[in-house]
Amino acid sequence: MTIRDTLCCDAGQAARGLRLSRRHALLGLTAAFTLGRTSMALASPATEQRFVVVLMRGALDGMSAVQPYGDPGFAALRGPLALPEPGAAGGVLDLGGKFGLHPALAGVHGMYGRGEALLVHAVAGHYRSRSHFEAQDYLESGADQRLDSGWLNRAVSVMPARPGRDLALSVGLSAPLLLRGTATVQAWAPDHFAQPSADLYQRLLAISLRDPVIGPAMAEGIKQRGFDAGALQGQAGDPAHDRSFEALCGSAGHLLAQPDGPRVAALEIGGWDTHAAQVKRLQTALGQLDAGLVALQAGLGAAWGNTVVMAITEFGRTARINGTGGTDHGTAGVAFLVGGAVAGGRVRTDWPGLAPTALFENRDLAPTTDLRSVIKGVLVDHLRLPAACMNVILPGSREAPPLSNLVRT
Amino acid sequence: MDNAAFLAVNRFGFGRRPDERLPSDPRGWLLGQLTQPDQAPVAGAIDTAGALAVVVEQQQARKAAAAETAPAASPFPGGEAAGRKLPRPVGMLAAREAHDLLGCALITPSPFRERLVWFWANHFTVANRATVTSACSGAYVREAIRPHVTGRFSDMLLAVMRHPAMLAYLNQAQSAGPESVAGLRRHQGLNENLARECLELHTVTPASGYTQADVTNFARVLTGWSIELRAEPRGFRFRPKMHEPGEIEVMGRAWPPGEEGGVALLTWLGTHPSSYRHLATKLVCHFVADDPPRDQVKRIETVLQDTRGDLGAAAASVIELPGAWENATKLRAPQDFLVFCLRSVGATPDKVPNLATLAGSLGQGVFQAPFPIGWPDRTADWAGPEAMVQRVDFSYALAGRVAEIDPEQLGHATLGPLLTQQTLGQIRAAGSRRDALTLLLASPEFQRR
Repeated sequence: MTIRDTLCCDAGQAARGLRLSRRHALLGLTAAFTLGRTSMALASPATEQRFVVVLMRGALDGMSAVQPYGDPGFAALRGPLALPEPGAAGGVLDLGGKFGLHPALAGVHGMYGRGEALLVHAVAGHYRSRSHFEAQDYLESGADQRLDSGWLNRAVSVMPARPGRDLALSVGLSAPLLLRGTATVQAWAPDHFAQPSADLYQRLLAISLRDPVIGPAMAEGIKQRGFDAGALQGQAGDPAHDRSFEALCGSAGHLLAQPDGPRVAALEIGGWDTHAAQVKRLQTALGQLDAGLVALQAGLGAAWGNTVVMAITEFGRTARINGTGGTDHGTAGVAFLVGGAVAGGRVRTDWPGLAPTALFENRDLAPTTDLRSVIKGVLVDHLRLPAACMNVILPGSREAPPLSNLVRT
Repeated sequence: MDNAAFLAVNRFGFGRRPDERLPSDPRGWLLGQLTQPDQAPVAGAIDTAGALAVVVEQQQARKAAAAETAPAASPFPGGEAAGRKLPRPVGMLAAREAHDLLGCALITPSPFRERLVWFWANHFTVANRATVTSACSGAYVREAIRPHVTGRFSDMLLAVMRHPAMLAYLNQAQSAGPESVAGLRRHQGLNENLARECLELHTVTPASGYTQADVTNFARVLTGWSIELRAEPRGFRFRPKMHEPGEIEVMGRAWPPGEEGGVALLTWLGTHPSSYRHLATKLVCHFVADDPPRDQVKRIETVLQDTRGDLGAAAASVIELPGAWENATKLRAPQDFLVFCLRSVGATPDKVPNLATLAGSLGQGVFQAPFPIGWPDRTADWAGPEAMVQRVDFSYALAGRVAEIDPEQLGHATLGPLLTQQTLGQIRAAGSRRDALTLLLASPEFQRR
């Protein structure tokens, strides 16, 4: 299968027909492929446990996804971003009191009801950068600086490799740093370029308009591509019917389910940088995330029972709504753990509260859980990695001990 | 940081590679490239004779393939069924040449000189529609263009007009004088194509007032200028039996018979004041402004007059024009945009095996200009709505491959003070490194030069 075939084939085809070509003997199998604007990378160490990391690039607003409606300060901070309480029309989904789940996450709510979804709140990485790039680098490196490899790659590297499975495949785009190691495999993107989001076109238009020729041409070109006026005004981050993440999750599930398939996957999904018109944009992005997680479960089949999916983001967003119906870069937020192996049905948090004095720098939800503790808890209890390896995988993380009871043991 | 260094690198070159230092003396850096020899790699490059041998090889292989399949009584003799398996060494050679031309610009240490090569290769456009041209287009640039970009225009003109790539492209090779031996015996006739385009596009232009009779007579003068494909040495061959006998009048002067008549006429055309005005206008349009200011054109025209068409002197005076250092007046054509983006991220030709295909996807395939006039050189010609969005999509695809690069750093390194606060703000606000890089690569600052 050529690079182009791989890129062009639909998700079902990818799941059925993807053959991985033999290349560099790095750690375990690492494969990456992309569909539309999402991408995934795979690795196959010797284990029956499945572990999927979903990187939500752009900073998910944790207090919209898992709303602390029971906190007395919440409604005043959030205005129209605070949805009605459970049971009311358009209200959040019940999580057992105090917290409610965004209604676009109905699939996750179902998992929660079956004890397969754990919501970790007021969680943040070990860094305090509010720059997307820096924060994503630190999040993926798992260190205080950008490294050449990601923590997930290093986690896989300490696991026993399966003989004959030291395969690497990468097509088109680079694998996320999270799963990147010392060796990189690269191939050029197809001749027909993947298209960015309507939101990115819109941003480009904003910087092009001052050019008397490029500006109008760009505006016309984007219009001709069929993005409606709403998208051009920055209303919608993404067409709600973009199903590429869902499709990619479906194929990831199928691949991970195969007896000789990969065991570890990393996926990326964007659309979270909701500085404006957050209500509509999050509805879309959360809907895609939810559909993706449901598709993962369906693809995994019986292997779902051995699976932990961890969805994380580089930082949360401001506690207060801003002047354009959105939120700006903040600190603590939410991490999702879903899967048959998750000890779920709970919101796990040391809730810091939303009083002005409780906010981090009088601005953001204060972090009370170190994301590295969540990661370590999964690596130790789910992937059964020796605790002694943790400081290699997440350098300088001694002050963040593994959280226990995240998974069923 | 001084604007001039970035303008020198971006406008007169193809942008800055991450491993390249900014020139501390921008003008000196540009002028130095005009006095150094051409830097294009020659190792492994095939010459015109070699390229023509590939044409012969392909013809023979196809003949053999046709002979093999003939007895099978195929209902489509030589048709689609057989066509798919036809050996195509010429196509492979053409693809390699297209890749190498772009690849050279990607890594050249003398980008101003390389840009001049592109300029003159476009002035004397050939496109891969005749088999001989497809095989020879790379050798054509190496042999007829590169040696003369800092030499005399009339020498370049002569080299071009004698090159098989051009002789095949504009149908000169078969043109026979009506009164020549071949014309009388075999009723072969004139083909005016090359003569017409040479007057109209390459040299004096219709502004000089030539007539249809001049075109026809120029074609007569050029009869016999042909290609030797079968016997060695392969290449240009003057065929006396196709040549129109006698003195012929073109543009008010009589030109002697024989090959030397054509040489004399071309030398005259190549040093004609109307040619100089035309070249000066195109040069200023390419490097300074879509609508070249008359006084600036006049300065270059005067230099060409005074130096009898010294193209190195003309290039040197272009960078002394007052308009040459004004910010970003030109829009990059697609090939330029492609090379600029790839240089900025440090790509090398071996890492981008489909360079030529990418240029085609962006609307400017190498050796694919639709007409002998070559690719257009004005902003409006390249700023179509779909073309602009294609550049965004290309930027997005490229950004996905180089996501480890710091977008802000790249912006400063490539554009220096030319990077606007607005673009910088959008880069900083982007939700991912890939989005930020896309915004930078497709920004007006990257597209303008």
